[in-house]
Amino acid sequence: MNDALYRRRCRFNTLMMTLTAVCAVISAGVLLSILGYIFVKGFSALSLSFLTNLPKPVGEAGGGIANSIVGSAKVVGLAAAMGIPIGVAAGIYLAEYGRGRYAFCVRYAADVMNGVPSIVIGLFAYALIVQPMKKFSALSGSVALAMIMIPIVLRNTEEFLRLVPGTIREAALALGVPRWKVTLFVILPSAGRGILTGALLAVARVAGETAPLIFTAFGNRFWDNGWLNPIATLPHTIFTYAIAPYEDWHKQAWAAALILMIFVLAINIAARVWLKPPTGAAH
Amino acid sequence: MPLPAEVPTATAAVPQPIVMSVRGLRAGYGAAPVLHGVDLDVRGNTVTAIIGPSGCGKSTLIRCLNRMHEAIPGATCEGEMLLGDRSVLAMDPVLLRREVGMVFQRPNPFPTMSIAQNVAAGLVLNGVRDRSLIAETVEKSLRRAALWDEVKDKLDAPGVGLSGGQQQRLCIARALAAEPSVLLLDEPCSALDPIATARIEELLIQIKDQLTVVIVTHNMQQAARVSEYTVFMLMGEMVEYGLTRKMFTQPADKRTEDYITGRFG
Repeated sequence: MNDALYRRRCRFNTLMMTLTAVCAVISAGVLLSILGYIFVKGFSALSLSFLTNLPKPVGEAGGGIANSIVGSAKVVGLAAAMGIPIGVAAGIYLAEYGRGRYAFCVRYAADVMNGVPSIVIGLFAYALIVQPMKKFSALSGSVALAMIMIPIVLRNTEEFLRLVPGTIREAALALGVPRWKVTLFVILPSAGRGILTGALLAVARVAGETAPLIFTAFGNRFWDNGWLNPIATLPHTIFTYAIAPYEDWHKQAWAAALILMIFVLAINIAARVWLKPPTGAAH
Repeated sequence: MPLPAEVPTATAAVPQPIVMSVRGLRAGYGAAPVLHGVDLDVRGNTVTAIIGPSGCGKSTLIRCLNRMHEAIPGATCEGEMLLGDRSVLAMDPVLLRREVGMVFQRPNPFPTMSIAQNVAAGLVLNGVRDRSLIAETVEKSLRRAALWDEVKDKLDAPGVGLSGGQQQRLCIARALAAEPSVLLLDEPCSALDPIATARIEELLIQIKDQLTVVIVTHNMQQAARVSEYTVFMLMGEMVEYGLTRKMFTQPADKRTEDYITGRFG
């Protein structure tokens, strides 16, 4: 009787173990197959001239995505320059000073912002900047991406600042150091690695955003000119090429996707490496 | 509560001058009162020990002395506290803490800083740029904290890499580097082993030549070993305050006697 029960339990155990293992393989497999598929499809169209040339007119062979690469760097760079300082500063406020109803509202708003579809944020940037200026621009794209970054950076900064033990704060205050210096020169560096990692992950996240750029940065087949004109970006170029009816463009879309994927992956890996404390820090 | 007005002639001809005095100190957290009117005089170049069972208000009292209680949300504190002839509660807390330093229960070196940087933190964060002055202060403070010989060859190693006892002495060195006139220690040895504790007790007895020490301790033997004066607190009130030697041999109050003989607490 007991033996039968035991065997049944063993069988059930094996079954469940197999199920969870299969699910794990599926999860990891999705990522690996995306990476593999893009690599196979994109690699053939990849060449040095693809990285360094402008797009050619339809029907003409060749051409590249140099303007999209530079454009993405510009738009994401400006977004980071706006979003990271605001997010970090607001995170400092919430972690160090924020109490009561106002802090609760800010925190709650950030959480809600994190869940707002990115196309809605794109529309907001369109109404905020594109319409008044009557022009699509790199600036409006950056603003849209910055708005996506702020809540991510803010919550991440707050979390990591809260991980700094209160005893560290007390130690600095007891030395007769003003509160703002304690926050800036003791608490912030103690959480620095985590905050930087979060900022990098936020950059990686928005580097691949397409929807908020469709009616802000808009896209451009030539070199962009300053911050107040339409600009090409990698995700938007991939989108445009992928839905176009030309076989040649499809190939280029795959190659551009491969480039974008490598960028995002590189930032992610850099962030992970950064989070790992340097060896020897403990002793 | 009568204060020990005069030091008996048997121990010293002239009692040291009073450097900090507290009258009618009430403190608490939110609506919960912790101290119900405490009076205390701290005499210069002595070690004053504050003893009493958990929750009696020892730490609250010592935190009020340099207004570190303000770091706790909802903490309140009223009454009269004087540092020399200045009112502690009217002073700028930042400047007050440079004169009245504090060492905490658990060693808390700054995790991102080296040993030397930890000691120099107070100076550097308050704007001192003179490298030779900083190096000089670091060495002097580490020597006073009896840590120099152990760390002089690895001043650039992270402070958190030291042992617990060394870390606590590092924190004492860090507090000493700011040249305080009063040093408050809140159970500084509670996380340390007996050998590390003995080293810290030795150093406290040495540094009192240059400053005044107030130490909160759970350990009555420690109070007996290091202090000239002892304060016994119970449930937010000061029960007895006097010369350590006298309190441990002929306590005036029955409750003190019960506590130090281990009948409760």
